[in-house]
Amino acid sequence: MLEIRNLQVSISTTEILKGINLNVQKGEVHAVMGPNGSGKSTLANVLAGRPEYEVTHGAALFEGQDLLGMTPDERARRGIFLAFQYPVELPGVRNRQFLKAALDSVREHRGEDELSVRDFNKIFDEAVQSLEIDPELIKRSVNEGFSGGEKKRSEMLQLSLLNPKLALLDETDSGLDIDALKTISKGINRHRNKHNAILLITHYQRILNYITPNQVHVLIDGSIAMSGGEELAKELEAKGYDWVKEDIRS
Amino acid sequence: MVERRVISRTTTNLESDYKYGFYTDIDADMAPKGLNENIVKFISKKKNEPEWMLEWRLKAYRHWVKQGDQEPRWANVDFPHIDYQDIHYYAAPKSKGDAPKSLEEVDPDLVEAFNKLGIPLEEQKKMTGVAVDAVFDSVSVATTYQKKLEDAGIIFCSMSEAVLKHPSLMRKYLGSVVPYSDNFFATLNSAVFSDGSFVYIPPNTRCPIELMTYFRINAEDTGQFERTLIVADEGSYVSYLEGCTAPMRKSSQLHAAVVELVALDNAEIKYSTLQNWYPGDKEGKGGVYNFVTKRAKALGINSKISWTQVETGSAITWKYPSVILQGDNSTGEFYSVALVNNRQQADTGTKMTHIGKNTKSTVVAKGISAGHGNNTYRGAISILPSADNATNFTQCDSLLIGDQCGAHTVPYIEVRNSTARMEHEASTSKVSDDQLFYAMQRGISEEEAHYMIINGFCRGIFKELPFEFAMEAGQLMRVSLEGAVG
Repeated sequence: MLEIRNLQVSISTTEILKGINLNVQKGEVHAVMGPNGSGKSTLANVLAGRPEYEVTHGAALFEGQDLLGMTPDERARRGIFLAFQYPVELPGVRNRQFLKAALDSVREHRGEDELSVRDFNKIFDEAVQSLEIDPELIKRSVNEGFSGGEKKRSEMLQLSLLNPKLALLDETDSGLDIDALKTISKGINRHRNKHNAILLITHYQRILNYITPNQVHVLIDGSIAMSGGEELAKELEAKGYDWVKEDIRS
Repeated sequence: MVERRVISRTTTNLESDYKYGFYTDIDADMAPKGLNENIVKFISKKKNEPEWMLEWRLKAYRHWVKQGDQEPRWANVDFPHIDYQDIHYYAAPKSKGDAPKSLEEVDPDLVEAFNKLGIPLEEQKKMTGVAVDAVFDSVSVATTYQKKLEDAGIIFCSMSEAVLKHPSLMRKYLGSVVPYSDNFFATLNSAVFSDGSFVYIPPNTRCPIELMTYFRINAEDTGQFERTLIVADEGSYVSYLEGCTAPMRKSSQLHAAVVELVALDNAEIKYSTLQNWYPGDKEGKGGVYNFVTKRAKALGINSKISWTQVETGSAITWKYPSVILQGDNSTGEFYSVALVNNRQQADTGTKMTHIGKNTKSTVVAKGISAGHGNNTYRGAISILPSADNATNFTQCDSLLIGDQCGAHTVPYIEVRNSTARMEHEASTSKVSDDQLFYAMQRGISEEEAHYMIINGFCRGIFKELPFEFAMEAGQLMRVSLEGAVG
C-alpha cells in the first residue's frame, strides 16, 4: 500500500529525514517510535503533504502512485488521513459542516453518492457516542476551545467517518489520561481491518499495550535504526532509546 | 418561515466576473444632466408632489449649494472630485401610464429585466412570500403582495405614493431622523430623491412577511437617490430586507441614498442589507460610489433597532448605519460584514448615541480585505449625561487575504455618564497555512477551505440575517472573492 524509498526531507535547509525506507502492506499496523526530534512527526507530515517540508531525494508511492506530486487534498481523497498532533482550530466552522464537506469530497472521489443530511447525521451521532464525545461539545466550531484530549477524540471521530485506507497517527496518545487512551485505542482497533493500514507514531510504548503492531521501527536522527516485532517496543521501554544508539555504534 | 426567493437566482449564477452586468434597453424618461432649482422642480412636478414637498426639497437644495460642491473628505477612501453637473438626477423607465397600477401596466421589457434579476413580479412568484418593492433607476415600479399587507393595516409603498396618499405620516417623520441639513450627501438626496420605499406598521402589529426592496441602477451617468422611511408604531415588529445590484459601467455611478427608521414604544425594526453594487473592474475603473446615510431612532421605551449588513459590492462604500437610543431601555444593534477585493475601498461602521436610561448597544463588525482592497471600520459610541446605566459591547475583527490589502479600525468612544459600561474587542488575523492544510488534509480543496474559513469568520453576522438571506450572503462572498483565494 505504502512504499517509501530512500526519502530525504529538509525544512529550511536543515536535513531532518536522511533516507527512510519503509513498506506498509494492507492490514498492517506499523509503529514508528523514537526520541524527540528524531523526525517521526516529519515523516507523517511529509506523507500528508504539509507544504513547508522539502523532499530533496527519494520517493513515496501509495498504491503504486507517486504520492509526493499530489496536493494534500488529493492525498486525502485517495485515502490518506493524518491525525494531527496539534489539531487546528477553525473558528465559526461547525464540526458537522466541516466533516460533511470532507466526507462529501472523499466519497465523490470514491465514486460514491453524497450522503443525505439525515444519513450523515446518523453515522455522525453514532460515532460521537462510541468515542464518548460530549454531544454538546461537538456542536461547537472545529477544535475551538477543546482540551488536548477532546481534540484527540475529535480527530478519531474524523478518522472513523472518513474511513481512510492509510491512517497516519501522529502522537495521538500523547497527553491522554488512561481512560481517554483506552477509548481512543478502542476506536483505532475498531477502524483496523485487513483492507487498511496504520502508521502509528508514538514516543511511548504504552499505547502498544492496547494496539498490537505488526512491526515496530525505531527512528533515530532521521534514519530507521532498528526494526522488529512488537517485542521491540517492550525492550525499548525497558532499556530506553540510548540503548539503540549504543547498539548502532557497536 | 419564508420560502426561498428573490436574490437567490441572481447570486448563484457563477459564470462571469460580475453577474448582473446586462443592460436593459428601456427608453429612460430622463432629466437633462446637471442640478439647479429647475431640476428639483422638474422632479417634484414629475411626481405631482404637493407644495410642502417641493418646499422641503428646495430648502435642501439651497442648503446644499451653500456647501460649495465639496463632499466630505474625512473618510479613509480616495476618489476624484465628482462633477455634480455631469449627472442625470432623474431617470424613470417609460411606461404606458405615469404610474403603473398593476403588473399588466408595467412595460414588458421591464418585467423581463426583473425576471433576469430574479425579482418575482409575476403572480406565481409573489407567492414565494416576500413583498417586493423594486426601484429601477429611481422609480418604484411595482409593489407586490399589497393586498395581504393592506388587510393587516400595513403600508408598504413607494415614497412617491406615500407623499400623495399619506401626507400626515410623511410630514411627521420624513427628515425626523436624518434632517435635510444632515450631511452633504443626505442634503443632496433630500433635494433630488426620486423614489424609494415607505413602510408603516400600525400599533401592536407583527408584519406577517418580510418586506424587501430591490434596487438597481440602469441608465448611464445616472445618480440614484432613493430614500427609505420605516415607521414601526407602538408594539409592532417588522423585518425589512434590501438588495442592490447595478450593471457594469466604465464610469463611476453615484448612489446617495438615505434610510430613516423610527421605532416607537416597544417596537422593533430589523433591517438587513445585501449590498452588491458593481464594484468596478480589477484596476478599479467604474463601480458605484455608495455614499449612504442610514440612521434609526429608537424613540420609544423598550424599542429596538437592529442593522445587519453584508457589503460586498461598490467601488467605494461610505456608510454608517446608526442608532439614536432615545427611549429608556432601548436597544441598538449593528452587525456587519464588509468585504473588499481588487481596488475596492470601504469606510463603514456605526454610531450609537445613548440618550435614554438603561440603553444598550451591540456592535459586531467583521472586515475582510483581499487583493488591493482597503477596509476601514469607523465607529462612534457616545454616552450622553442622561444615559444612566448604558452599556455597549463592540467587537471589530479584520481578516486579511494576501499581502497587498489594508484593514483599519477607528473607534471613537465618548462617555459622559460614569455609570456606563463599555467593552471593546478587536482582532486582526489571516487565514493561516495551518488552517488551510488542516482542512485540505481532510479532502477539502484549497479554494473550498478558504471559503469555509472565511464563512466561519462571518458566521456570527450571517446568523443575524433571515435564513435564506444568510445562504445568499455566503454565495455572494464566494462570488466577490473569486480570483482572490485558492
